[in-house]
Order: sequence, then structure tokens, then C-alpha cells
Amino acid sequence: MSYAITAAYIVAALLFIVGIRRLRNPETARIGNITSAIGMLIAVVATLFTPGITDYLWIVVGIFAGSAVGYISAERVAMTAMPQMVAAFNGVGGGAAALVAVSEFHRVHDLTHGPQLFVFTSAVLFSVLVGGVSFAGSVVAFAKLQGIWPARLRSFPGQALVNVLVFGGAVALGILVLVGDAGTPAVAIVLGLTAVLGILFVMPIGGADMPIVISLLNAFTGLAAAASGFALSNYVLIIAGSLVGASGTILTQLMSSSLGRSLPKILFGALAGGGKAAAQEQGGEEKPVHTASAEDVASILTADAESIIFVPGYGLAVAQAQKALSGLMEALEAQGKQVRFAIHPVAGRMPGHMNVLMAEAEVPYDKLIDLEDINDDFADTDVVLVVGANDVVNPQAKEAGDTPISGMPVLDVGAARRVVFIKRSLAPGFAGIDNPLFYDEEKTMMLFSDAREGLEGVLEAVKKG
Amino acid sequence: MSGQALLGNLAVLGLAVAIGFELISRVPSLLHTPLMSATNAIHGVVLVGAMIAVGVSGADTLIKILGTIAVAFGTANIVGGFVVTNRQLGMFRRSERGKKER
Repeated sequence: MSYAITAAYIVAALLFIVGIRRLRNPETARIGNITSAIGMLIAVVATLFTPGITDYLWIVVGIFAGSAVGYISAERVAMTAMPQMVAAFNGVGGGAAALVAVSEFHRVHDLTHGPQLFVFTSAVLFSVLVGGVSFAGSVVAFAKLQGIWPARLRSFPGQALVNVLVFGGAVALGILVLVGDAGTPAVAIVLGLTAVLGILFVMPIGGADMPIVISLLNAFTGLAAAASGFALSNYVLIIAGSLVGASGTILTQLMSSSLGRSLPKILFGALAGGGKAAAQEQGGEEKPVHTASAEDVASILTADAESIIFVPGYGLAVAQAQKALSGLMEALEAQGKQVRFAIHPVAGRMPGHMNVLMAEAEVPYDKLIDLEDINDDFADTDVVLVVGANDVVNPQAKEAGDTPISGMPVLDVGAARRVVFIKRSLAPGFAGIDNPLFYDEEKTMMLFSDAREGLEGVLEAVKKG
Repeated sequence: MSGQALLGNLAVLGLAVAIGFELISRVPSLLHTPLMSATNAIHGVVLVGAMIAVGVSGADTLIKILGTIAVAFGTANIVGGFVVTNRQLGMFRRSERGKKER
């Protein structure tokens, strides 16, 4: 029987791999997701036949409760809230891995008493450490994204020292468990300490860096699951956990390079550097800008343009203006214009988030072009319409040396013939950096408005013709 | 765990990491959010470990409690992750189809 179970686990692992493979192409991605889900079903059903499992009551109770909560929240969540959702699932996954490790340690320790095998205990401790950090960190990330975490609660004096002490305490206690005869209570305290560590770790990190944190915690949970797999000597846990660990690491790497910052700087910069993101002094003087009305913008788009690129930013999603933008796309296409969307990698709140938001607004995915593929096309573009974005189109990222956005790849909208910004005010974006494009009165028009109202106004004017 | 079994497990780990890097590097950024929520669902596989922990005979009350929580957590992770990914991917459409519908 146990050979059959192992075989089922290998089939499940292969289905995970095939499923992720199919996620490369939007045409096959949905099948890919279902493929992975079938693999999961096979793994879970096979586990029910594990020799030694005699009590099914709590398994059934847990599965029912978890399915209900998981299904309802996944069906109801808004696409804008996807980062929170991923953080929440991440947290429960990490928590589960840590609890499995604690339970397994407790069981084995009860049977044998005395010091446990080195590899087994190391795997348990690793799973507890990483799973605990992932659980508590994800809870904080969720609270921050949901806006229920108090904004002023970011860091406190001497926090770096406290972090080191808590981490040191967890490691010291872990060593005690590893070489000495400390039992379950010690492992439970390690879990408590790692939870504190998770909170301290995510607390100082700001909203725009959340994509990175979420993708890192995703990798953590994968690694914790893999470590639980070592403790249980279970292939499907090891394979699936390390697949996710590797994928999360890659995504984290991609995200931090699209922000132009190194990972350590994002994770620890908030503690070490303090308020480096403070806004530049504006110098008091009011620089003139070319202010436009919705009608002006409409006439530029209809009378004076053939090729148009939209640049949606997170402000667009905050204002719930996705539909209005896709409506504008349809109206302009009906007039024979070429309309495309330029998607910056950090336009949303998690990797690829803006693509999902645009897909939800029924923008076909082949019109969503990422930064690398569209940047050379701006030079041949008549009008670029930037909605709710600022930092990701700020040419200063290429020039100035020591700003929070320096080195970040940006969309080269200044290369286009005309640029239109729909923006509430001239206030700089998250990074606090002024955008010189605003003040190019020849090229740039500013429509000061809420993203949704502004777009609806433009759309109406375009339709009137 | 014998030395042999440990080496076997390490080999599996190494290969899975290599495959993970290879697979993910080729997913276009268009699909990074569904990719993330799908891999997110996959780490819910820890449910398997939780089922074993809570189901084996001789588990005491502490394990029953922790294990049941872990089963519920793992299941929520799996079901929620796959369902939300399916919802996302259902929204991705090519332009040709969109034009026909109009």
C-alpha cells in the first residue's frame, strides 16, 4: 500500500509541474491550474490510505472547515484585494507547516524521549522558524494591505536590536532542542518567538514594497512545507514545497529588480535608513503647467492621434476606473485608432496585478504590453495617457542619483509626441519625487481630476465627437 | 531517517528547486499574479502532513488540536488558492473573441 501511495505522490508532483508549465501561456493557463488542482486531489486522497491513520474524524472536520472558508473567501474577494488574499492563504499555509512540524516533534518525542535524530529535529526547527515567520508576517502584511494596521505603528527605537535578540533567542533555544533534551514546550516557545519575529520583520515595510514581501513570504511558506516534508520523509511535500520556494524566490528577485533596488535594502532599509523617502523641497515657487479639460483631452485623442498608449497605475484601481478606461479604449478603437496598454511591473500591489485588473475590465490580454516590450514604441506613439501613475513614468529615475526611485526602470512616456496625465493634483507619488514631465508645457497636458470622473468625462467627450 | 534516505530526500529537493527555477523563469509577467496564487495553492500540500499528524493512532489531545487547525489551514490554502486562480484566469481574453462578441 505504501508503494502505491508513494507512486500517487509522484504523479501528483508531476501534475504540479505540468500545471505550472501550462501557466506560461494565457490560452492554457486555466487548464494548468486545474491540472495542479487534480494533482493536489490525488495527493490528498492517497494520504487517506496511509498505514497507521485510524482516526478520520478530525481530518474530515478540518477539511470541511477549511474548504468552506477558502471557497467563500476566494469567490467573494475583489480583484483589487488579490494581494491580501494571497497574503492570507500564505499565512495559513505557513502556519499549517509550522503546526505540522510541532505535532510531529511532539509525537516522536513522546515515543522515544531523549535527544532526537539530528536531521529530523533540524527539519522540524527549520519548518517552525520559517513557517512561524511566514504566518505572522503574512498576518501583518494582510492587515497593512487591508488598511487596518495603524499607519504610525512601523518601527520603534532600538527595533534592530530587538530583532536580533528575538532571532538570537529562537536560534539558541533551537540549539538546545537540537543537542539537549528540551521537549515540546521549548519548540512551542521557538514558534512563539518566530511569530514575534514575523511581526517585527514586516511591520516597517511600506505599501509600495508589499509585492516583494508577499512574494518572499510565499517562498518562505514553500520552504517550510518542504522542511515538514523532510521531517515526515514525504516526497510530495518536499517536491511541492521546494517548487514553490524556488518560484517565490525568482518572483521576488524579478520584483526587486523592477523596483531597481536590492532585496536587503527593501527589507532592512526601512529600519536602517529611517525616512529616506522624505519628499524633496519644492522650493515654494509655482511652476506653470498646461492644464486641460476633458474636452481638450478628447480632441487630442480623436483629432490628433493614430497610435495611443494607456499607462494605468495603481491610482486607477483605487478610483475603480478600470471600466472607464476600457470603455475609452473601445470608443477610440471604433474610430480606427490603435490603442495599447503599457504595464509597469510594479503598477499594482503584487507582481502582475495590473494585468489581472485590466483583464477584469475586459481589456484583451494581447493589448497589455510589459515595460521591456513597449518602451521602444513610445517614440512612434502620438499620445500617451497616464492615469493614476507617477513614479513608474518619472524620467528622474534615470537621471538623479540618490532618490528612492533611482535605478528603477521606468516607462519612457516622454518619448511620445504628447503626454496626458489624469491626476488629482501635482502632489508627487509614493516615492515623493517631483516629475519634470509635468512642467513640459509643449508636450504635456494635465487633467486634474479623480481618475474615474476624469476618464468618464473624456469618454463622453470622445463619443460626442 | 537513514543516511541513504536523507541523501535521497536531498536529491529530490535539489531537482525540484532546479525545475522550479526553470519553470517560473519562463512565465510572462502578464501571468505573474495567477502564477503566484497557483503556487500559493500548491504549498497548501502541507495538508498531507497535517492529515498524517492528526490521523495516526495514538495522537494525544495536543496533536489533535494542532493537527486539526493545520488541516483546516492547509485546506483553506488549497481550495482558496485554486479557486481564486481559476477566477483570475477566466477573465483573460484575446482580442479576436472580444470583437466577435460585439
